[in-house]
Amino acid sequence: MSTATLPPPLTKKDFQTDQEVRWCPGCGDYAILSAVQSVFPELGVRKENFVVVSGIGCSSRFPYYMNTYGFHTIHGRAPAIATGIKIANPDLEVWMATGDGDALAIGGNHTIHMLRRNVGIKVLLFNNRIYGLTKGQYSPTSEFHKVTKSTPYGSADRPFNPISLAIGAEATFVARSVDVFQSHLKDTLRHAAAHKGSAFVEILQNCNIFNDGAWFSLTEKDARSEQVLQLEHGKPLVFGKNHDKGIRRKSDGDIEVVQLGNGIAESDLVVHDAHHPRPSYAFLLSHMEHRPGFPTPIGVLRAWDDLPRYEDVMRDQIQEVIAKRGPGDLNKLLRAGDTWEVK
Amino acid sequence: MSTLTEVPLAPKTRREVIERAVIRFAGDSGDGMQITGSQFTNTVALYGNDIATFPDYPAEIRAPAGTIPGVSGFQLHFSSNEIYTPGDAIDALIAMNPAALKVNISDLKANGILIVNSDSFKEVDLRKAQMTSNPLEDHSLDKFRLFPVELQRLTRAALQHLGLDAKAMDRCKNFFALGMCYWLYNRSTEPTVRWIEEKFNKKPLLMEANKLALKAGYSYCEATEAFQVNYEIPPAQLTPGLYRSISGNQALALGFVTAAQKAGLSLFLGSYPITPASDILHELSQYKNYGVITFQAEDEIAAITSAIGASYTGALAITTTSGPGMALKTEAMGLAIATELPLVVCDIQRGGPSTGLPTKTEQADLLQALFGRNSEAPIPVLAAATPGDCFWVALEASRIALKYMIPVIVLSDGYLANGAEPWRIPKIEDIPAFPAKFATEPEGFMPYKRDPQTLARPWALPGTPGLEHRIGGLEKQDVTGNVNYEPLNHEKMVRIRAAKVAGIAQDIPNVLPEGDPEGDLLVVSWGSTAGSITAAIKSARAEGRRIGHLHLRYLNPLPSNVGEILKRYKKILVPELNMGQLLWVLRAKFLVDAVGLNKIQGRPFKQAELEQKFDEMLGFQGNHQ
Repeated sequence: MSTATLPPPLTKKDFQTDQEVRWCPGCGDYAILSAVQSVFPELGVRKENFVVVSGIGCSSRFPYYMNTYGFHTIHGRAPAIATGIKIANPDLEVWMATGDGDALAIGGNHTIHMLRRNVGIKVLLFNNRIYGLTKGQYSPTSEFHKVTKSTPYGSADRPFNPISLAIGAEATFVARSVDVFQSHLKDTLRHAAAHKGSAFVEILQNCNIFNDGAWFSLTEKDARSEQVLQLEHGKPLVFGKNHDKGIRRKSDGDIEVVQLGNGIAESDLVVHDAHHPRPSYAFLLSHMEHRPGFPTPIGVLRAWDDLPRYEDVMRDQIQEVIAKRGPGDLNKLLRAGDTWEVK
Repeated sequence: MSTLTEVPLAPKTRREVIERAVIRFAGDSGDGMQITGSQFTNTVALYGNDIATFPDYPAEIRAPAGTIPGVSGFQLHFSSNEIYTPGDAIDALIAMNPAALKVNISDLKANGILIVNSDSFKEVDLRKAQMTSNPLEDHSLDKFRLFPVELQRLTRAALQHLGLDAKAMDRCKNFFALGMCYWLYNRSTEPTVRWIEEKFNKKPLLMEANKLALKAGYSYCEATEAFQVNYEIPPAQLTPGLYRSISGNQALALGFVTAAQKAGLSLFLGSYPITPASDILHELSQYKNYGVITFQAEDEIAAITSAIGASYTGALAITTTSGPGMALKTEAMGLAIATELPLVVCDIQRGGPSTGLPTKTEQADLLQALFGRNSEAPIPVLAAATPGDCFWVALEASRIALKYMIPVIVLSDGYLANGAEPWRIPKIEDIPAFPAKFATEPEGFMPYKRDPQTLARPWALPGTPGLEHRIGGLEKQDVTGNVNYEPLNHEKMVRIRAAKVAGIAQDIPNVLPEGDPEGDLLVVSWGSTAGSITAAIKSARAEGRRIGHLHLRYLNPLPSNVGEILKRYKKILVPELNMGQLLWVLRAKFLVDAVGLNKIQGRPFKQAELEQKFDEMLGFQGNHQ
């Protein structure tokens, strides 16, 4: 009888390191670190099988504070290094910490290619809409006309919407949470962990030094209920303090915000389908925050796990070739093709 | 039935036995010259000649047909003696059009054989090659043995009964020319027939057409009275053993598959297509049943960084590129140095700067390999000397990378990558193993606690219980591997990284000069110029010159005895296909008044150019042209 050895029970403490955490006091990164350290013990993964990979930036110091295998790499390249790790050893549980500059500016290319390949990596994008570690330049997610050290007259760049970008790259799991919504954040991380393919999680995060209040429009007082739409698979798209607003399909396929009551019921609203194979619905949701009167969605926008992971396709290919041609024999390989004997 | 067999044979031709010949096939990029050349090479190699080849083709896949930029050439030197170069001047030129003739005629020896496709010398063809008069008629080719052959008409005649269209028939004319060459050098068409049967096994009509064209070319020479003589080059006396023909890129690929097995690891290649390195990716992607993982990355940076990731998990990780890609990989090489992970970076050099000459050879990345990274970032550098040597350099680079936990650079170049030579196939059992070692014991584990001998840090793979640790590009504290910015720790770490590389000198063989062990002139070389320099020195020493030859396979660290050898000679010459990069290193390191011979034309040295320079330095007057 085989006795499958269960991983020893782990606690949050097991994932804390002896390293002094060097983020600014009040930084949103502390909350993210705490959430990750809380969720990791629940995942049924052996501690030694976790690898946390990061690029460069405040968020990328993350691996030093996680008592797992960790690789703090170079600016923008974390997705490529994580891809190499995951392909070479698919048994590892690879998580990536990155920021809006790291993942979307210098590393934008690697980010989209990792997502389109569906490599089984969990990506945590800490989005504070600013460059923190270089002390306050605008980032690819900073709002148009943002005044920063490098844009004293306002930026001329239009921002990326990270969620739209990930969906555009055909990511199979795309979600969003917020540093200060701890329980929502942990839930989102659990969903990401359960996904086999690439899981992309944007975490809206405050930088209280260089971009304080980056997300106050969503996190202050009533904003959470009035401005934020919390997505749940199979549930209608409802928001508002009194659960009195919702999203309805129009006859032309577009969506609109409607006030519930006066003949409009929840049954008239769009029911969230995170598992839809095509990304167009999730894209529509990701874009609504740019329209007046529409809320910002958080939660899992897309979780379609039917696509094989890149590393599995590669492994299967190797197994198929071995099955067909037999394991390699180097002496035969060197002698392949025409040879001749000199006596 | 082909009617050709019914043509009465010409009066018996004379057969001359000669020692060696240099033949060049030249035509349009679309004329199949590279295939023609490699088929001829394969056939003479199988027969037992020593060979050296020089494929020379344009960067454009199909430049406008018939124009000068579209000319593609393949040169082959084959001999009954040992040879080292593809040859300076050519004995036989096959020119498929006026542009090919124009580009190549200056290399043909007086009285050399010149076969031209006379069907392509119409006025429009001449205009495309910017010729004002027809060289087949204006006596400008009188000093050659000119054989105008209607390749197009004759090929069509041989194939017309197959029902192919004209374009398809014309595509076979290179094999008609190849058949002629087989007759001219008295070689069997059989190996090429076998190749055609394999290549076109799903296209029987094309198989038949190519076979017919090949045989028609052969029969044409037999039948016509134009050729009075054909040649016989007996097999060469090479070291006994089993041989195959191999190119540098093939040899690198095979070398890495072998290295992975000798280390007990799986092989991971991260690569982005770039000329002239792509063939390594193509080769390795076929070897899946050897457990080889090839990852075609989104760019050069992802190619190397994915390899670093794979190395972190315990694979033998490599990345392959050429100069522009090398430039893009430099930051990641620094990461591999800082994290002390094994990695092999292959740079198949080409002409630069920037995009430069993608298909032409050059040796101008040496200083980039040695120094092209931010800060103090030493890397061991090895260079292959011949196509076959690429196999052994791949093994040695892998051994060093794994033993010292360090990235290693392998330099090859376009000339080695595509050039072929006979290669004595080793027995895998005869190659020493170098099993990789991993840390497994949590007790006392520190990620930067070093082996006192090699200074290598332990390789602790993710998945190993109890060894969880963090690495990265930030400066690390010695032993603990914690992030550390202290001034003295940084200096210590910089010096350790340098000492680790310098210490490899104790692990590599001393070099021995070839030729005179001391004397008037020492020629120092590295990389692909080994062949032409060896040939030139042999020839010069036969004339009584006292010359030694020091060829360096290890460029960093240099073998321990290089300085001592440099002192044994009155003068030092460093021929390089660059502006003097090894020269610069030797002058700086050993304070010697070495001089350079520098050629930056995208082409290898000619033997004569080298001999001329030797004589100039030795005070002899002479002409080696």
